Amino acid sequence: MKRILAALAAALLCASGGAAFAPPGVDQALVESDAMPPKLSAFGLFRGNDPAQPATGIGYTLRAPLFSDYTDKHRFISIPAGKKARVAADGVIDFPVGTVLVKSFGWSDVNGGRPVETRLLIRRAAGWVALPYIWDADGKDATLALGGRRVSVSFKSPDGETHSIRYAVPNKNQCKECHSLSGEIVPIGPKARNFIPDPAASDKLRSLYFENPAALEPVMPQWDDPKAGSVADRARAYLDVNCAHCHNPAGSASNSGLFLRWTDDPAGVNYGIGKRPTAAGRGSGGMDFAIAPGDPGHSFLIYRLESTDPGIAMPEVGRSTVHKEGAALLRQWIAEMPKASH
Amino acid sequence: MRFHGLRHRAATLCIAAALAACPATAKVISVSATTPDANEKLQEALILAEPGDTVQLGAGVWKLTDGLSLDVANVTVRGAGAGEGGSILDFTGQQGAGEGLLVTSDDVLLTEFAVLNTRGDGIKSKGADRIVYHKLRVEWTAGPRETNGAYGIYPVESSDVLIDSVFVRGASDAGIYVGQSKNIVVRDSVATENVAGIEIENSHDADVHDNVATKNTGGILVFDLPSLPMQGGHNVRVFENIVNDNSTPNFAPKGNIVASVPTGTGVLIMANRNVEVFDNVFDQNGTANVMIVGYRYEHKDPKYQPLPKAIVVRGNQHGKAGYAPKFAGGDMIAAAMGGAIPPVLWDGAGDAIVLDKVGVLSLNLPDVKTPQSEAKPAPADLSKGTPPAALPAIRLPDAMEAKVK
Repeated sequence: MKRILAALAAALLCASGGAAFAPPGVDQALVESDAMPPKLSAFGLFRGNDPAQPATGIGYTLRAPLFSDYTDKHRFISIPAGKKARVAADGVIDFPVGTVLVKSFGWSDVNGGRPVETRLLIRRAAGWVALPYIWDADGKDATLALGGRRVSVSFKSPDGETHSIRYAVPNKNQCKECHSLSGEIVPIGPKARNFIPDPAASDKLRSLYFENPAALEPVMPQWDDPKAGSVADRARAYLDVNCAHCHNPAGSASNSGLFLRWTDDPAGVNYGIGKRPTAAGRGSGGMDFAIAPGDPGHSFLIYRLESTDPGIAMPEVGRSTVHKEGAALLRQWIAEMPKASH
Repeated sequence: MRFHGLRHRAATLCIAAALAACPATAKVISVSATTPDANEKLQEALILAEPGDTVQLGAGVWKLTDGLSLDVANVTVRGAGAGEGGSILDFTGQQGAGEGLLVTSDDVLLTEFAVLNTRGDGIKSKGADRIVYHKLRVEWTAGPRETNGAYGIYPVESSDVLIDSVFVRGASDAGIYVGQSKNIVVRDSVATENVAGIEIENSHDADVHDNVATKNTGGILVFDLPSLPMQGGHNVRVFENIVNDNSTPNFAPKGNIVASVPTGTGVLIMANRNVEVFDNVFDQNGTANVMIVGYRYEHKDPKYQPLPKAIVVRGNQHGKAGYAPKFAGGDMIAAAMGGAIPPVLWDGAGDAIVLDKVGVLSLNLPDVKTPQSEAKPAPADLSKGTPPAALPAIRLPDAMEAKVK
């Protein structure tokens, strides 16, 4: 009887989404359940459900972020009390069950800077789960959008140009298309080579969440800081984050044979140099090679980055505008390569 | 009290679910084409489906702006038909995603619907084992245009692939394209007005039979390309197909390998081993009914094998061919040979056995590094060798065949 009552209690909690009776702070039971609550507030990840105020955890930024239509991204990690993440020898960060990576997307000139959407990547016992939430019109809560949605927004990019786009909040499957390794969901950004914990976070706080915080030593240069590294290294950092989540041997673009990880040989044909199109269709733009050394105008990697046509554009999801600054860096990188001798 | 009872029942159900944790019985999730936000609702259905479920697409024209995807194993996506009055997924206004429908889970059946005018590929499945494509239509309705998407039906990196009774038209690369896969059957399908009608690439163990490949640039292609994770294509049987009038001028975007396929090609085999072409009916292929070639582009892949080997051509019916050979110098050779070149064309690389009682023209370029400008075209007799043992028929898991019974 006791067991049945306990199950009933769990069932009722599940039925109510956990929000009504949850104590302040992260509802760790909900985080670690199979539930996909319809409202973001159920998780208790924010104080007063204000996306600017994480209830717990540690903020972070990245040396090279994934471009998402010039959104400002606010990221933090919620790690359950008493557990720690560990940085493995290869730089992959192993997060404990119950971890939530929280990313809020918005523009400073849209909705007064409030985010349009918040994406969660939740580490559950069975693996990572990706859940996209779109903030309600009143800004008080966000609603699960498993099927994704297009949201009309108008914003200015850093160069002052106004963009009016139908911004695509990815659906749950599209989250996985990018966050996929051998068919399983994995985080993209938080790898030691790219990861910068909130500089304001004390050593004590870092030690609270990481077993070996000293191993968080980013080796990739800040992609947009010319003083941080050579053009080639910054271009490779950009490709690692913006392309290699699919373009690796276990990713969604494994069949392309184009592999763009920071650790891949940048002189190899599999890095795109002199590589002919595979299944590129219109993405070839009538060109012979992904990267034609010294000739960005005949490198279809550039052509695809500078397109917003769904049959051409790369990445395939998550972008409705061209990242001019990123494309400019890659153009410069290719232009500075010695031309291939034939 | 009613409220109380309902609550009680709901709680009981919830407990049952919590304690039993066994999968619910298979259900049908119906989605209507006229639902507001049909795109989002359909995508939600594809996400919330559980193994064993069927997502039923209502009849009508679905105006879709974003690509769909399915990542749940053992799900059926079934429409009300692929023709007029059926379930038509119209992507003319597509704004995002590289294809119309992407499947990334195993044991999926796609049947009885149409996918039209996608910006990129039509239906792609990747790492989706035992997938069945049945009674589908993928079409770019304006006909051949360079701005059409690349592949119509596009399984890749999969084991056990069945493509049965589909119709594909207008792909700017291949209508039916199977890449980097194994154990493949493509049958009873029609591919028309694509650059390549049907293409088996970097794959092994495939049967392509009882299809009609007509009015493409090239009817049926068996290719192997370098610098890809899976290569070394072999054991492909192309038989009992009708391959005729493949006369559509090549409209593939330049740079892609199929952009080099000459208009008027029936079957083209490039850099594969153990390919059998038999009992097909060929007619009206202006360049050649059967072409056998090496991969002649520069590459830096030491593991790649660029030659065609152990190719067998037998028992085919040859109608008119070779009267408009669309490769460099082809017209001059045809003129010198009385207006047409023989129906079988070989570049001279690798080895092949041709038992059909028709002529073979060799370009005598045994080394793939020799430029085509140094061709020394001459008739060749390829009937003398002993053919390797016949390849066995492809057998797919019974459960796959049962889905199309």
